[in-house]
Amino acid sequence: MLHTVNKSPYETNSLSSCLRLARKGHTILLFENGIYGALKGTCFENVVTDALNKYQICVLMPDIEARGMRVDNVITGIKTVDYAEFVDLVASNSTVQAWL
Amino acid sequence: MAIEVNGKTIETDEEGYLVNLADWNADAAKILATQDELELTDNHWEVINFLREYYDEYQIAPAVRVLTKAIGKKLGPEKGNSKYLYELFPYGPAKQACRFAGLPKPTGCV
Amino acid sequence: MEEEGVVKKFLYVNRKAPYGSIYALESLEVVLIGAAFEQDVSMVFIDDGVYQLKKDQQTSVSSGIGMKDFSKTYRALEGYDVEKLYVDKKSMEERGLSVDELVVPVTILDDAQMGELMEQQDVVLSF
Repeated sequence: MLHTVNKSPYETNSLSSCLRLARKGHTILLFENGIYGALKGTCFENVVTDALNKYQICVLMPDIEARGMRVDNVITGIKTVDYAEFVDLVASNSTVQAWL
Repeated sequence: MAIEVNGKTIETDEEGYLVNLADWNADAAKILATQDELELTDNHWEVINFLREYYDEYQIAPAVRVLTKAIGKKLGPEKGNSKYLYELFPYGPAKQACRFAGLPKPTGCV
Repeated sequence: MEEEGVVKKFLYVNRKAPYGSIYALESLEVVLIGAAFEQDVSMVFIDDGVYQLKKDQQTSVSSGIGMKDFSKTYRALEGYDVEKLYVDKKSMEERGLSVDELVVPVTILDDAQMGELMEQQDVVLSF
């Protein structure tokens, strides 16, 4: 199962609810303002790093770059994906929950 | 669009449903029925009043399937069936009866 | 189109409070319209979504915000054969809400049960 998060963790609790309710082995994709949850040096870094033990976490690179960030800013262990890989993720999971 | 009821103008939408629920009265229902060449009997009124009560309770007009089932529950199986309801309201018991009842078109009807 | 007669599991996930945005009402309308297809429907209420079900909403034109009180409509869901309504335990606790403050009977799910319910679905619609 795929979960997508497109809101900044500072703005809504979408990321924290997603991390709380997804099940082990699920994939979480951060995109749009959701990418702010994937960055090093933030108050979310620890909780997201812990979550990597339970989930595969991906982040959409064009949204990282659009916001003045680079791959170096992304928490180690989070997989960076492009649009084509985003589509592959959606296609390869039978259900998608969008944490709006 | 609009209809005239006892000298008062009541606004309707392009499909003939009342724009404002509060404008409705029994005479408005009769005039709307006349437009469809129907004369309202007690059996029609039973359904119209049921719909108005349903709307008041749930804030929606029921889909025809839900209406049929609910009428059956309240008024008995001889009335809670499509044949009976379509005979009363040939253009569709939910759509047409809701219009007479001053309610919006049922959610899910096109 | 789907094969005729195949019943799929549909889950509607509601996470927004009513009135402040259109999500809650849109979700409810989709559920009501979708009910015509006679699928296996569940609804869950998480985060501010639990506020959609709060009793005693007063929205009338005369004394309130002048919007339709669609909390009454959740009580019509049973007639549409939508009877599986769930709320997230933590969201209820965080907001100090108990089930007797809600307009409809619901089942409370903990984190693991909620994750499991989501995983069992054929289709998840998020609002």
